[in-house]
Amino acid sequence: MVQTPIIIAEGVGKYFGDFKALTDVDLIVNQGERVVICGPSGSGKSTLIRCFNGLENHDTGRLCVDGMELREDAPGMRQLRQDVGMVFQQFNLFPHLTILENLIIGPMKVRKQSRAAAEATARKYLERVRIPEQADKRPAQLSGGQQQRVAIARALCMQPRVMLFDEPTSALDPEMIGEVLDVMVELAETGMTMVVVTHEMGFARKVADTMVFMEAGRIVEVSPPETFFTAPKSQRARVFLDQILEH
Amino acid sequence: MRMAALFTLKRVLNAPAVAVSLYAVIVAAIAWASYTGAQQMGYNWQWYQVPGYIYTFTDDGFQAGEILTGLWATILLSLTCFLLATLLGLGVALLRLSGLIVGRAVAIGYLEFVRNIPLLVLLYLFYYVLGPIFGFDRWAAAVLTLSVYHSALISEIFRAGINSVAVGQWEAAASIGMSRAQAYRYIILPQSVRFMLPPLTGEIVNLIKSSAIVSVIAVAELTTVGRNIISDTYMSFEIWFTVAAVYLALTLVLSFGVSALERRFATET
Ligand SMILES: Nc1ncnc2c1ncn2[C@@H]1O[C@H](COP(=O)(O)OP(=O)(O)O)[C@@H](O)[C@H]1O
Ligand SMILES: [Mg+2]
Repeated sequence: MVQTPIIIAEGVGKYFGDFKALTDVDLIVNQGERVVICGPSGSGKSTLIRCFNGLENHDTGRLCVDGMELREDAPGMRQLRQDVGMVFQQFNLFPHLTILENLIIGPMKVRKQSRAAAEATARKYLERVRIPEQADKRPAQLSGGQQQRVAIARALCMQPRVMLFDEPTSALDPEMIGEVLDVMVELAETGMTMVVVTHEMGFARKVADTMVFMEAGRIVEVSPPETFFTAPKSQRARVFLDQILEH
Repeated sequence: MRMAALFTLKRVLNAPAVAVSLYAVIVAAIAWASYTGAQQMGYNWQWYQVPGYIYTFTDDGFQAGEILTGLWATILLSLTCFLLATLLGLGVALLRLSGLIVGRAVAIGYLEFVRNIPLLVLLYLFYYVLGPIFGFDRWAAAVLTLSVYHSALISEIFRAGINSVAVGQWEAAASIGMSRAQAYRYIILPQSVRFMLPPLTGEIVNLIKSSAIVSVIAVAELTTVGRNIISDTYMSFEIWFTVAAVYLALTLVLSFGVSALERRFATET
């Protein structure tokens, strides 16, 4: 099988003022690949995937996503964001719009689809994330798990080529984590390219093709899950896994 | 014991019938004090003349008097200025919040300039300096002065409203490929209206009140009309009381109207 890289990071570095949040990050994500990124809090996981859709601009190195080299205010950035979906830890649904409007506003205003076409797609994805009956409610009327599934559907409605997830279950009550992960597993089964920052190791075992372990702004280890979970190459990853698997 | 007595007193005073009578007594006392004061000055009250300046009813039917005409001019002036000030204020706020260094510098320069000049001086600047240069009349000078002056305050209201929308909303809008303009239009501004409506009402009330200042360049609005009537009739007490009451009625109606609107808006979102 020919591997087509969709995200290529070469020596990527990122500063916040004097603080170096990312150092020399090299990573390749191929089309259809599922990459799970883990690591201690503050290790730069969010910063890295936010660089992938230009929410943060990297300062050094090269970053190509979907064939385009990312640079601050590059003319193609908006086009790129349409093709790269993002799911946030805090859902970030639009509270003044109904669920259906949340899903169709991007396709209608950005992709210039007709309302009918956008609605048809939206209802299909609401079905897919198993909340078709909530279409006319407002986000505040939904549970956290439902809101996060809407956020996933909203990103999917743009028909992205890659989906980025930044700790999508960290803000959820424990009993709602499963319903969101189920939706993500099904999404993985459709062949979607996914980069997921998460500490849900059960999910990682199930879907990940590649595990990435970060610490202090660097990628410390990139391994297939079989190796990563049984015999991590780095001492740090081993300590980290012991810590989170204890609970 | 004393606390209990105080609470009872407060409850009694707050009972609707008591509160209304108390209010009436206080208003009557003030009216009586002004009346006797004026009597002692030998002031000749001519209240009977006042209605004629508000409206007349002749064979031709209802005719607005000078005060009503003045009120209409004040309303028109205030509305025009409020619209212009809102557009200008929004522009300045967006410029200030834009990533452009030049834009921010222009906005801050404008705000500092406008906020640190007395309104009266700004009016003279527009009427005596810019008016002759660009050839606009007193009405235009009045409109421009009030619009510019209030745009500074309104732009701060917009800025505060826009900033009170969570950063995550910008990021979510960007993540579905929206431009900055689209994010403002579809995501940010609709959410900030809720924060902006109360202070904007306050600002339109302020604008109505400060519009009286254009009487110094003789724009024919409510205050100018009042002054003109007085110079003809010397009824300063009656006319100033009437003019004040008309302003009060206008701003109160507005405040009540907007708070009703706000309640509806609050239940909708
Ligand atoms: N906007 C920012 N300004 C300054 N420092 C930041 C900013 N965003 C993140 N950081 C810092 O960068 C480091 C990495 O953050 P982050 O990528 O959020 O870590 P993670 O997602 O792995 O917990 C942290 O030390 C954090 O404090
Ligand atoms: Mg994070």
